[in-house]
Amino acid sequence: MTEHANGLSCAAFQAQLPELIGSGENVAGHPHLKDCELCRALLADLETIAEAARQLFPIVEPPDELWEQIESKIKLEEGSGNLG
Amino acid sequence: MVGNIAEAEDLTQEAFLQLHRKIATFRGDSAFSTWLHRLAINVVLMQLRKKGLSLISLDEAMEPAPEERPGRSFGAPDLTLSGAIDRLALQKAIDDLPAGYRLIFVLHDIEGYEHNEIAAMLECSIGNSKSQLHKARLKLREALRMHTQEGGRR
Repeated sequence: MTEHANGLSCAAFQAQLPELIGSGENVAGHPHLKDCELCRALLADLETIAEAARQLFPIVEPPDELWEQIESKIKLEEGSGNLG
Repeated sequence: MVGNIAEAEDLTQEAFLQLHRKIATFRGDSAFSTWLHRLAINVVLMQLRKKGLSLISLDEAMEPAPEERPGRSFGAPDLTLSGAIDRLALQKAIDDLPAGYRLIFVLHDIEGYEHNEIAAMLECSIGNSKSQLHKARLKLREALRMHTQEGGRR
């Protein structure tokens, strides 16, 4: 387990990482990363994955026919009294 | 979430039918949008269960089995993704995520919800949402590194 000059091990840093990333702080400026190539690479990879994922799936709007189908099914259920 | 437009449309229809059936049970304890989103997520989870994926409920989906938990990254081999991610490999890695991880990952990283919104939708803590997202990204990293290594050996 690597203990760095800033006194924080990789284990301790990585345990804090979900909270650091999730809080929107500037994680890249964290003192641990100044002399830890391993954790820098980890953070870079996680950011790359998040960025790539954002571009992966286009937002697809449901077609108009789908709303028509839903409407007719609801009417059908109302007609048959099947609401439970 | 299901990776298939036709199936997503079927589930959209089912979610709205459920909404119509259950609207009378909405008590206003949460925002309507949160209630609706939770209902829709449960419809998706039910479908994944029908398809034989290993999840029963949202609570279980939020707690992947021990063998599904990604390891931490100590002493990892000297290999980074270096900004070039194979889209197909990423898509497959997301599809292969345990449902609980995939759910949080899709909601946050793809659909853009904030942790507080996800926590409200899934009735979990904000910390749990952050933690699950982090684990999902670690698992994707593992899968993508594996993919890169396999590609390098070919």
